[in-house]
Amino acid sequence: MIAPRPERERGTAATVVATPLVPLLEMRGIRKRFGELQALDGVDLVVNEGEIHALVGENGAGKTTLMNILYGLYHPDAGTIRYRGREVRITGPRDAIALGIGMIHQHFMLVPPLTVAENVVLGDERGGPPLDTRAIEQRVRALEERFGIVVEPSARIEDIPLGLQQRVEILKVLYRGSELLIFDEPTAVLTPQEVDELFVIVRQLRAEGKTLILITHKLREVLAVTDRITVLRQGRNAAQLVTKETNAAEIAKAMVGRELKELKARAATGTSLPILQISRLEALSDRGTPALRGVDLVVREGEIVGVAGVGGNGQSELAQCILGLRPVTEGTITVGGADITRDPPKRTRARGVAYVPEDRRVEGLVLPFTVADNFILGKQDREPYARRGVLEREAIAKDGDRLAKDFDVRPPNAKVIVGTLSGGNQQKVVLGREISESPRLIVISQPTRGLDIAATEYVHERLLEQRARGCGILLISSELDEIRALSDRIAVMFEGRIVATLDAADATEDRLGLLMAGHAEAASH
Amino acid sequence: MELLIGAGVIAATLRLATPIAFAALGGVITERSGVTNIALEGCMLFGAFFGILAADKTGSAPLAVLIGLLAGTVLAAVHAVASVTWRADQIVTGMALNILALGVTSYLNYEIYGSGVPSGVPLLPALNLDFLAGVPFVGGVIGHQNVLVWLALVLVIVLQLYMFRTVAGLRLRAVGEHPRAADTVGIDVRRTRYWAVLASGGLAALGGVYLTVADTGSFTDGLTNGRGFIGLAAMIFGRWTPVGALVASLIFGYGDALSVSLQGVSIGDLRIPVQLLSTIPYLLTILAVAGFVGRSRPPAADGVPYESEGH
Ligand SMILES: Nc1ncnc2c1ncn2[C@@H]1O[C@H](COP(=O)(O)OP(=O)(O)OP(=O)(O)O)[C@@H](O)[C@H]1O
Ligand SMILES: [Mg+2]
Repeated sequence: MIAPRPERERGTAATVVATPLVPLLEMRGIRKRFGELQALDGVDLVVNEGEIHALVGENGAGKTTLMNILYGLYHPDAGTIRYRGREVRITGPRDAIALGIGMIHQHFMLVPPLTVAENVVLGDERGGPPLDTRAIEQRVRALEERFGIVVEPSARIEDIPLGLQQRVEILKVLYRGSELLIFDEPTAVLTPQEVDELFVIVRQLRAEGKTLILITHKLREVLAVTDRITVLRQGRNAAQLVTKETNAAEIAKAMVGRELKELKARAATGTSLPILQISRLEALSDRGTPALRGVDLVVREGEIVGVAGVGGNGQSELAQCILGLRPVTEGTITVGGADITRDPPKRTRARGVAYVPEDRRVEGLVLPFTVADNFILGKQDREPYARRGVLEREAIAKDGDRLAKDFDVRPPNAKVIVGTLSGGNQQKVVLGREISESPRLIVISQPTRGLDIAATEYVHERLLEQRARGCGILLISSELDEIRALSDRIAVMFEGRIVATLDAADATEDRLGLLMAGHAEAASH
Repeated sequence: MELLIGAGVIAATLRLATPIAFAALGGVITERSGVTNIALEGCMLFGAFFGILAADKTGSAPLAVLIGLLAGTVLAAVHAVASVTWRADQIVTGMALNILALGVTSYLNYEIYGSGVPSGVPLLPALNLDFLAGVPFVGGVIGHQNVLVWLALVLVIVLQLYMFRTVAGLRLRAVGEHPRAADTVGIDVRRTRYWAVLASGGLAALGGVYLTVADTGSFTDGLTNGRGFIGLAAMIFGRWTPVGALVASLIFGYGDALSVSLQGVSIGDLRIPVQLLSTIPYLLTILAVAGFVGRSRPPAADGVPYESEGH
């Protein structure tokens, strides 16, 4: 059983942030260097007890590094940490846990073949040497009841969706009695529904007296749930804001150091010529269950068609079928009139189809390769990059540097290993490789997942540029805002079918939401 | 029939499976922690040689077991330092250690015994279960097995329980699947892996001790003859569980036993090709690894050195 913690007296209005005499956490002058790179250059972070504190900044600003230092995963080169007014040295996660600091990592720290309960108690099993599975599951269930977070304790992690896995991460931290919870981009991989559910939990935790640090790129989320905001820029403090007294524009400006551009109103450029035609397409998922059950879809030249839907309704499989990465069991796909249904990826791409996959780290890039080498992937066997089977290093390097500059990759040096770049810059490399060939059709999945607002803006501008050039774009995204901002038409996917295709003007958030949840009739009124 | 499932063949199966099972258990422990140890072959050879050397010099069989076990553990310690602390390539290190073990034991064998073989060394006794003598079949199979055969069987059960029914086993599996996750909840990844690698060396060495101090009573260069590798195959076939590894070892042992018992036997005009027969277990292994005989998936971090972040 969990010993109930004495509840602290709390004000009724949870949004009122009283400033106690001593902040819960005070990090001062934190510095951290990775080789050439000064990732943190004297950063301060002050968090009061009982608040939800947003930590925001561009990709590579140093947010994760700062939190890794707080959690003992990195050791700072300089700076002090005070917790409850006392100076502390955190040399490893064990120290952090003992202080009451818990972290929900950007990439989940769960062991897939173990059960939910085993993952929650791992490292702090209380009892033993024999493993009492029943007792552990009971303890986890009690914890779930106390915080209103529900996951079946005996389920295996590998069998449950990401949204639930994240709850397990939260439970893990609560189980260890943490009072300060760090959330590193918790919403990046969640569907809109899961995000809503997460924020219910987040507010509940604050009501329980917990203190939260929330890292996110979505200003909407910052404004919705946080109390105060610390903005980092290139390893330095850029601003300290109180959420109630600020707005999205001010936060964005502090993050990027300039005003953000509005996306320009777009004149319709679409011709009536279809570039991609899909009819009655069917395919199986990895598990062998039907993933696509008769998809019909057309993308015309100079048009962006957005595919909206809750993740797992066949969007990924659709993209893979078009590229020839997944066998089609029924139906046809044509590009520019040519049947490509059974073509391998190489032939499809030769017809001018570009592909930006949803997981750039797994499918889009070879992480241990340089930027230049990643730019030529797929054309490595062609002139000028290769002659008679031998790579032309000079040509590769020259074009790499040019592309790195053209696509604003930072640092603009094509000899850098791609794996060390921030997420936004990795995405620019994929995008640069794919659109430098002037494709006729771009299939792009989750183009801005994990990207900061400036990088997001950059990617969106490039896509609109391609559209203006006459390229057709199939845009698959779980971000409704993104779909609505870019698309000319929006197709909603549900359970392997396109349940409706709307003109952008008619696609209100409510209608899309209903369609995505499978209420096709309700949405038609 | 007697040649296929008679008590004699099954008893031989058990005997031949024992060294393989020891190596397979070692493989299970170390790979579950995320370290591949193909030096199990070398550890077994160390156990075999230093075991019989100790038996010869001390005249005590129990001491021989202890010293053989230690010798294998020492060799495994080198692997642990190289692969856990220095994060070297585990296959390369393991292969180097195998060659080293072969050289060291052959050299010492020559220096100490010349071309002769130690003879008259004390051997580990069999457990004579006389009360089983009258029981048909069972008596013939387990009535006179060596103590190390029994130790292997007991260890299978102990390790199975350890792995899946204890807190330490849970942590071991977590380290082999997702070391960073284990690290972030305060589990010492390096220490866990060190212990696992040392244990694997000791277990494989017991298999070697069995070969010399229980079975043959003599040593020849390269005596283990790939049994450490076959143990690794048994580990894969047994899906990285102790009980599975035992079952696989028994299948391999049975294959060996058959090729002995069917030697020179023919059906009608057809002489049974025993050499081909004994390859069946290995074909099964390949199919198992390729996923045809159910899914056999290694621990996710198997063979991947772990580097804790930051400094
Ligand atoms: N282990 C490391 N080795 C080398 N460089 C690193 C390491 N970890 C982080 N960096 C670099 O330090 C800088 C800050 O990285 P950090 O991950 O803290 O950024 P972030 O603000 O979390 O960005 P994002 O929004 O993309 O998650 C980046 O330039 C990154 O490439
Ligand atoms: Mg980060």
